[in-house]
Amino acid sequence: MSVPAFAALLERLVFTPGRNAKLALLRDWFATQPDPDRGVGLAALTEELVFTAAKPSLIRDLVAARTDPVLLALSHDYVGDFAETVALIWPVRAGVNTPPPALSEVVEALELTPKPELPALIGGWLDTLDSSGRLALIKLITGGLRVGVSGRLARVALSEWSGKPVEEIEEVWHGVAPPYLALFRWLEGNADKPDPREAPVFRPLMLAHPLEDADVAALRPEEWRAEWKWDGIRVQLTAGPGGRRLWSRGGEDITNAFPEIAEAMEFHAVLDGELLVIRDGVVAPFAELQQRLNRKAVTPRMMRDFPAGVRLYDLLFEGGEDLRPLPFDARRARLEDWVARIAPARMDLSPQIAFGSVAQLAEIRDGARAASIEGLMLKRADSPYAAGRQKGLWWKWKRDPLSIDAVLMYAQRGHGKRSSFYSDYTFGLWRPDGEGGEELVPVGKAYSGYTDEELAWLDRWIRNHTTGRFGPVREVEKSLVLEVIFDAAQLSSRHKSGVALRFPRIARIRTDKPASEADRLDNLMSYVERRAPAEEDAAG
Amino acid sequence: MPPHPESWLRVTPQGLYCEPGGFFIDPVRPVGRAVITHGHADHARPGHDAVLATPETLAIMRARMGEGAAGAAQQPIRPGEVLEQGGVAIRLAPAGHVLGSAQVVLDWQGSRAVISGDYKRQRDPTCAPFEPVPCDVFVTEATFALPVFRHPPPEAEVAKLLKSLALFPERTHVVGCYALGKCQRLIRLLREAGWDAQIHLHGALASLCRLYEELGVALGPLAPATVANKAALKGAIVLAPPSAVQDRWARRLAEPVVAVASGWMRVRQRAKMRGVELPLVISDHADWDELNRTIDEVGAPEVWVTHGRDDALVHALALRGIRGRALHLVGLGEEDEGPAPEVAEPASAAEGGVQA
Repeated sequence: MSVPAFAALLERLVFTPGRNAKLALLRDWFATQPDPDRGVGLAALTEELVFTAAKPSLIRDLVAARTDPVLLALSHDYVGDFAETVALIWPVRAGVNTPPPALSEVVEALELTPKPELPALIGGWLDTLDSSGRLALIKLITGGLRVGVSGRLARVALSEWSGKPVEEIEEVWHGVAPPYLALFRWLEGNADKPDPREAPVFRPLMLAHPLEDADVAALRPEEWRAEWKWDGIRVQLTAGPGGRRLWSRGGEDITNAFPEIAEAMEFHAVLDGELLVIRDGVVAPFAELQQRLNRKAVTPRMMRDFPAGVRLYDLLFEGGEDLRPLPFDARRARLEDWVARIAPARMDLSPQIAFGSVAQLAEIRDGARAASIEGLMLKRADSPYAAGRQKGLWWKWKRDPLSIDAVLMYAQRGHGKRSSFYSDYTFGLWRPDGEGGEELVPVGKAYSGYTDEELAWLDRWIRNHTTGRFGPVREVEKSLVLEVIFDAAQLSSRHKSGVALRFPRIARIRTDKPASEADRLDNLMSYVERRAPAEEDAAG
Repeated sequence: MPPHPESWLRVTPQGLYCEPGGFFIDPVRPVGRAVITHGHADHARPGHDAVLATPETLAIMRARMGEGAAGAAQQPIRPGEVLEQGGVAIRLAPAGHVLGSAQVVLDWQGSRAVISGDYKRQRDPTCAPFEPVPCDVFVTEATFALPVFRHPPPEAEVAKLLKSLALFPERTHVVGCYALGKCQRLIRLLREAGWDAQIHLHGALASLCRLYEELGVALGPLAPATVANKAALKGAIVLAPPSAVQDRWARRLAEPVVAVASGWMRVRQRAKMRGVELPLVISDHADWDELNRTIDEVGAPEVWVTHGRDDALVHALALRGIRGRALHLVGLGEEDEGPAPEVAEPASAAEGGVQA
């Protein structure tokens, strides 16, 4: 009964917004499903298993042979999604009493069946399933599950279910393959931890805590090393005889999205660094890197317009030697030596910043206004490379946020605990409307930063000042000013205002300020910084 | 040759009108004489002079509108009884939609029309099952007349709810359901599935549940879902009108799992748009297969469609040689499972939402 069971899981996951609830659903799946289906399901959810054998046209032909064209068109028009239309409209065939296929059976048959026989095979499966089973099967075999389960979330669920630390699971994850029999045997205590041997695996990253004002005073400068905190995405590079991989912070394999980096990884080592778009040694704003993210295919043009590079922070393995237990200073020396020797293309060292006192460091931090720098990283000179967020070893010290006074324009209800509150706010700034007057243009959306009391107040205000409703969105009277803080402002062609904010959140409700005195778009534009500091500046 | 029903049953601005009998069926405005199929507000409206309906429907109308508005003169008629009005024989037959719901069977000079009102063919422990009556013209609803609407067995949907409660025993499971019919059917289905615990009700559902019990439909232990009762709501089932499940009222619930019981839940986008976490496909209307099967069973050569997806149904009927006619009656399909308003997002809000 495993395709129906998988379909039931998918259905719950699709509708479940909460992370904890998703984890509970996944734990239940691991606990109740038999091998090999639980592993096949896991691989399908995390998109480790992707099928291409069945094209959408195959499904279209199957359903066309079974339905009236007018009714199919009316139905498709109503439902919107074609796969779902097929799943719902598929006529029940009387007398079918074959049990639905197991997930593993589907996977195996798709690999072994000659192409001309696929339609009959898939049509036969669809006959045995109910509508949610049909939808799951169609989405599975045409490769579009999209249920919001990242590999990271799945590994956290495996950890919660088995009691094994998530870091250990991370380390073996990329060395095991669907249906993960060895992994499950280990997690259930029936076998040793799988040995990835030469396979390129992800090593959990060491993370930093935000530095609070109270912690600053306690810092002894001689014990700490400082670097810029670059605004890109944190990556791990793994290369050796077993292959080359570029991992995201959460352990997702993003190698294919950055082929030029993979090509440059002609070494045997594991490195920690920041992936950035770098032009002539100058780091571009995050928005440019974003053009390269979440894309299936990379065009030569993308690679030319947004050239990727890695600024190296740390060396975890050199050859087969695990450097992680060494103190930071020793690893840094090894890293500098390694970079000098290997001189890998598209990579450079993240420079260290010299400082004599905490006060001087604070000055340096406040002076860094480039959009490509988020602030400073502080690393204890004697810290080993420890997985996860260990307090007191690494600090991130972000620069003070920027701020604007914006006018609330639209509000939307949140999810989960906030589903009865208008908690997502679209805000705007004034600009000339071209007819001698002023108009508001939306510049961003924020859903954090406020206290519970402020949220309740805003919710009440919005309900009492609604001027229009568009489904879940309420338009409000343009009279409430919010102080919005954000980390950076960057030019963006995807926004009507032409500017995008990094991490905007609500700092204060300005009931004292009339809307007409809110900021103008020009004020925000003055914050936009397109260039990174020159290298000598960064090297400080 | 008997007269065609077209000559004695007409569409007027007030609704369907039987000319020789001088009465309307489910009129949308106050009239002198009305025959009412069932108690939903889009079919049973206040202010008529004389009202003919089943005793249950009359009781529901009195409960919802108050004695004065539910018809100056109420005349109960039980299924099977025949009444003559201006030469037209009037009879009611169970429609299986909600308690008291009935089809109106009209015979005049050897010609018969059956007006279904809203109906379904699925089992419903709170009302009498639909009875097919052969006729010359069958006047049907078409709320779910698209072949994508095929309601699964309601027992399986209730099982989903109970499975979710087992998986999330700390969370309140709040189910949005219509006050008349769906609510009580859901309670009975839960009882049949072995859920003996108290079921908590939003205030708007309480009076009709009491009425159902008075009319002989036992519902088991019920309690109000009041703020004072907050502790008891952990892991409880709470029923509420669909509009309340995600609004301020719901803040009294413990980390609620939001479910909605409706035929519309069959389409994912509908459910997602409304932020429903647990869609339950339970409907009191005939689905595509039930509509077509019913039309075949009554054997009418001609079918009139009052409201809903008449385009798809009329097309499907034509394929089988049945003459279909869309009546486009206004005002129907506005209570219970009437289509939800379409959602349009303002472009600017959507754009402002793109985040770096």
